[in-house]
Amino acid sequence: MVDKTLELFDCGHRACGGCGAALVARLVTKAAGPDTIVVSSTGCMEVFSTPYPETAWKVPWIHSLFENASAVASGIEVALKKQGRKEKVVVMGGDGATFDIGMICISGAFERGHDITYICYDNEAYMNTGIQRSGATPYDASTTTSPSGKCSFGNKRPKKDMPQILAAHGAPYVATASIAYPADLMKKVEKAINTKGPCYVQVHAPCCTGWGFEGEQTIAVGKLAIETGLWVNYEMVDGKVVKAKKVVRKPVEEYLKIQKRFRHLFKPTRQGAEIAAIQAIADKNAEKYAIDIKLKKE
Amino acid sequence: MMEITEGSHAVADAVRLCRPQVISAYPITPQTHIVEALADMVANCQLDAEYMTVENELSALSACIGASAAGSRTYSATTSQGLALMFEVCFNAAGMRLPIVMSIANRALGAPLSIWNDQQDSISLRDAGWLQFYAEDNQEATDLHYLAYRVAEDHSVLLPAFVCFDGFILSLTYEPINMLSQEDVDRFLPKFSPYERLDAADPISFGMYATPDYYHEFRYEMDRALKESKAIIYKRGKEFGQMFGRDYSAMVEGYRLEDADTAIVAMGSICGTTKDAIDEMRDEGKKVGLLKIRVFRPFPTEEVAKALSHVHRIAVLDKNISLGAKGAVALEVKDALYGSGIPVKGYIIGLGGRDVRKKDIKAIVALVEKGQGDMFYGLRREVL
Repeated sequence: MVDKTLELFDCGHRACGGCGAALVARLVTKAAGPDTIVVSSTGCMEVFSTPYPETAWKVPWIHSLFENASAVASGIEVALKKQGRKEKVVVMGGDGATFDIGMICISGAFERGHDITYICYDNEAYMNTGIQRSGATPYDASTTTSPSGKCSFGNKRPKKDMPQILAAHGAPYVATASIAYPADLMKKVEKAINTKGPCYVQVHAPCCTGWGFEGEQTIAVGKLAIETGLWVNYEMVDGKVVKAKKVVRKPVEEYLKIQKRFRHLFKPTRQGAEIAAIQAIADKNAEKYAIDIKLKKE
Repeated sequence: MMEITEGSHAVADAVRLCRPQVISAYPITPQTHIVEALADMVANCQLDAEYMTVENELSALSACIGASAAGSRTYSATTSQGLALMFEVCFNAAGMRLPIVMSIANRALGAPLSIWNDQQDSISLRDAGWLQFYAEDNQEATDLHYLAYRVAEDHSVLLPAFVCFDGFILSLTYEPINMLSQEDVDRFLPKFSPYERLDAADPISFGMYATPDYYHEFRYEMDRALKESKAIIYKRGKEFGQMFGRDYSAMVEGYRLEDADTAIVAMGSICGTTKDAIDEMRDEGKKVGLLKIRVFRPFPTEEVAKALSHVHRIAVLDKNISLGAKGAVALEVKDALYGSGIPVKGYIIGLGGRDVRKKDIKAIVALVEKGQGDMFYGLRREVL
């Protein structure tokens, strides 16, 4: 058992107050324990945690490039095996590094079946470079490359379904989690690490700077994503959904209206059709993962 | 033991003798036979290594970065487009000071697509911080792998290395080669002892980001290590010569150069053809010699200047072109000879596999004697 009192991602890093990704780093290393080698892709987490000559990582850590963390991790895993060493290999990449630029590398690593755990901290855009759209950006979110405007409601496409893609590679364990539910997140990371083969955990990591809310609201925003059905926490074993967090769903509006990235859906005028389209995404999620708790009629 | 072997298979055999623990590569013509041969050795328990079949070259070298950082000796091989796809990873491996050794079966870069030989691929990565060795023949191609690991892994160097040998012309050609035994190689090349490694018992961070307060010095230290590697190349090349009779201490090598009026400077397999052409020209009474460049990075500037100080004119052969400027070797030689008053002319030859024959070398000598140069040699005007 890993000693959960250990802090392996140290304080003093340069993340914004209320950063979801920093919580991911802290909770994942706690769950993984000290016998872990972390591979980071280029991105916010890498930059805020390792300004030379300082590092926040108390476990061995390596960053190479934006797109190649899975390949670097593959090489480490193979070398450890050759040397008879037992450390676990954990990749941490943002959604841009995972959904977009690193897609080929992840696919290769998962197809080869390396014993690695890939954690995607999903803050739904390229935050390190100034909030540009990625393949993980949700429908209608305004980013600096999918701005809302007179003839645009922001991002035109829904999120890419990365967990399904990696499950289709034959990954034995795939899960989604949220920093708003830390115990659940840590349990899933532990499960992924202790499952042989390539495992994937995609963690919803609200970004106060990029999404436009106050830093003390990070957990509340994360919770609302779950409670509205716009983010579903589930587990897949051998490609089948075995568990999903059930909720009494709230209307998506409650989640959208507290974030500046969706402000154009409410001001200057309420965009009813767009909000309905987003509600439909949540409804579809609810049906697909059967997350609705039916309240008994009084 | 002398064997008649295909260049690629000889290189694969030399790599086996270097005992890499992790091999990660992707097929590409004309490198393919190397990685096929290594896969076969692993499959038949002749080589105790992990062999990774990755999805492209970017991942091939990235996996080497991970394995090397974890403390294993690593190997890859590529060429041309594959090397171009590794561009970013090459700079990264050098910046992290990981002594990966990679064979380059030199090939042209598209467009237009060409699978044939020139040296544009590795030359285009001259600024990446890798040592660059160039082989004249397959004997050298094998021996330079032992030397490359020995030098790259030296704790005062800690930089990755290319061993370049001309695609097809060497890689797919059968030549008699004196292969070393495992015992011999073990005597010359000790076990890999990483300077630092990823290790839970002693956690450190690799590949951090550096602000303007530090980056400049990181680059300086790489440049210094590369320049100071000349002394290590000399030492280990000498040692290799003492052990096995083939001395690689010199980064440049003269052929009938001592009394030459005209010097040809070249790199790679073209040196063989050039030597034959020189012999024939000498028979005709022409005082022509060759300076072969075996190490392009670090560039042996002083050695080149010294070796050529007595000649009247210099013709540099380049199987590459820095478009809009000159061939890369010519630029270096001009730099080395700056202020000497000796005219240096560059000739772009053999791009995309265009054959270069003895008569072409003789024609270039005639051109340099007339003071004509800094040109593409042998253009087919009718297709322009």
